[in-house]
Amino acid sequence: MADTEHFFTAAGAHRAGIRSFGNKVLNVVCVALALLTLIPLVSIVFLVLKNGLPLLTPAIFTELPPAAGQAGGGFGNAVVGTFQMVGIALAIAAPLGILSAVYINEYAPTSRLSNTVRFVAKLLTGIPSIICGVFAYAVIVLPKTGLIEAVQGWREGWFRDIALWIVTSLPSGFSAWAGGFALSILMLPTILITAEQALLGVSKAYREASYGLGATRFQTIWRIVLPDAVPAIMTGIMLSVARAAGETAPLIFTALFSQFWAQSLNEPTASLSVLIYNFSTLPYEHQQNMAWTASLVLVILVTISNVTAQVVFRKR
Amino acid sequence: MPISMESELKSPAADPSTASPEPRPDFIQVKDFNFFYGRKQALFDITMDIPERQVTAFIGPSGCGKSTLLRNFNRMNDLIDGTHHTGDITINGRSIYDPKLEIIALRRSIGMVFQKSNPFPKSIYENIVYSLRIAGRRNRKFLDETVERSLRGAALWDEVKDRLNESALGLSGGQMQRLCIARAIANNPEVLLMDEPCSALDPIATAKVEELIHELKKDFTIVIVTHNMQQATRCSDRTAFFYLGRLIEFDTTEKIFSNPSQKQTEDYITGRFG
Repeated sequence: MADTEHFFTAAGAHRAGIRSFGNKVLNVVCVALALLTLIPLVSIVFLVLKNGLPLLTPAIFTELPPAAGQAGGGFGNAVVGTFQMVGIALAIAAPLGILSAVYINEYAPTSRLSNTVRFVAKLLTGIPSIICGVFAYAVIVLPKTGLIEAVQGWREGWFRDIALWIVTSLPSGFSAWAGGFALSILMLPTILITAEQALLGVSKAYREASYGLGATRFQTIWRIVLPDAVPAIMTGIMLSVARAAGETAPLIFTALFSQFWAQSLNEPTASLSVLIYNFSTLPYEHQQNMAWTASLVLVILVTISNVTAQVVFRKR
Repeated sequence: MPISMESELKSPAADPSTASPEPRPDFIQVKDFNFFYGRKQALFDITMDIPERQVTAFIGPSGCGKSTLLRNFNRMNDLIDGTHHTGDITINGRSIYDPKLEIIALRRSIGMVFQKSNPFPKSIYENIVYSLRIAGRRNRKFLDETVERSLRGAALWDEVKDRLNESALGLSGGQMQRLCIARAIANNPEVLLMDEPCSALDPIATAKVEELIHELKKDFTIVIVTHNMQQATRCSDRTAFFYLGRLIEFDTTEKIFSNPSQKQTEDYITGRFG
């Protein structure tokens, strides 16, 4: 019985003591590392608050960006532009991503097409965002610019005027559409993958019950599977929105920037992220401070939309 | 054509107003039935007649094929890739493998209760009316009546009538299983399939469900898979013993448990194996 580790034998108590000491050390290490990871996060929030708060006034949301060197102004057009482009991106990527996830998880989980889609989606999550911008530039922005140039080369006359009018009103070129499209490419894989995980997480027992009661596949998906997966799908969507709202690279090529209020979705459009990028590189203190404030606004907007989605779509 | 299947399955006997005195002795007919999961054969040459409005229990050790056979009656096994069968199963004279028959219609006329209670994460009310909603029934009065009839049928009405709009997930384990029974009978099925309905319940809840089975057999043909031999003796009229994918013996419950004709049956019910 020498090897027993009974608490009430001296040897056992000794070993138990060593184990419990090791346990405590590991606890302390884990807590310390957890705190360590908090440092960058907390310091970012602190910096953004410290530098961004002074300029955070209502005027920021109602006025246009000041010219270089000028004081005052705001970035209302950039806030609107960010909303527009994230909205467009969401309108493209959310239905596409969710429906693809439904297909690859519910209809043909093991088909070659499904496996390809899964693989490509995983690849796409790692794609640098600037490539999304270049791609959107190539397929949305360039064709229009090219078309306009081509039509301008035509013989003058009413035919050319009409053609020019049609081509210039195409929903492309440097525009909110192009920016939204670029962001949607960025969002799509995240939405697809999280939606598939969400659908996988729906208990098989629910599906069995539904099929057992005579439901079709569509009814089972629409009435049982999707409602149960909504909270998790929303989490994925909010993650992708948070990422897209902060992206600069895809917008530089596609939406450019604008000093003015956007009149339509067909023209160069301002966004918070590009504004931050532009203003932070200017040599004027006011513009730099405004970039901080824009960062703060971006953080606040993303947080609000996240929290709202969590509350609205919480599992009941 | 869901309607046609339901009407064809509905024998005059199922309608109490025109009840025929003689229930069909071969309401569910299994003929030379073999069933395969991919290459693995799970059922061998099963032939049996399951009588109408009686309780038939399937017993046997795990993996003997009793659940597989049960899940073929409403073709739930179709949901699994790579399965196939030979032979035939008819319900009330009609083959369930008839290519003209819609699986949806078949499943609507066969209620199923699963091992683990699986109410939807919806209200009690919505759980019951699910089978009606997917069939496109909207009449509020009809839905209300169905909810009350089904819950009374499952002996759950008095316990939940004041909280029909609360989540079904707030019920106790036994209540959830009775809710699943209520849900399964809401569409007035011909057959009620129960796959180990009490294996996750405590003895009191089990007693309630068994009592319920006794009541339900007045209206439904019930097939129940059980691991619990006492349960088979308590609530079934006929018992089928399965072993390694074969039907070893099928007779009245009394005969199976008092004087089985096969040695394997005797060994199993006396606890020598399984």
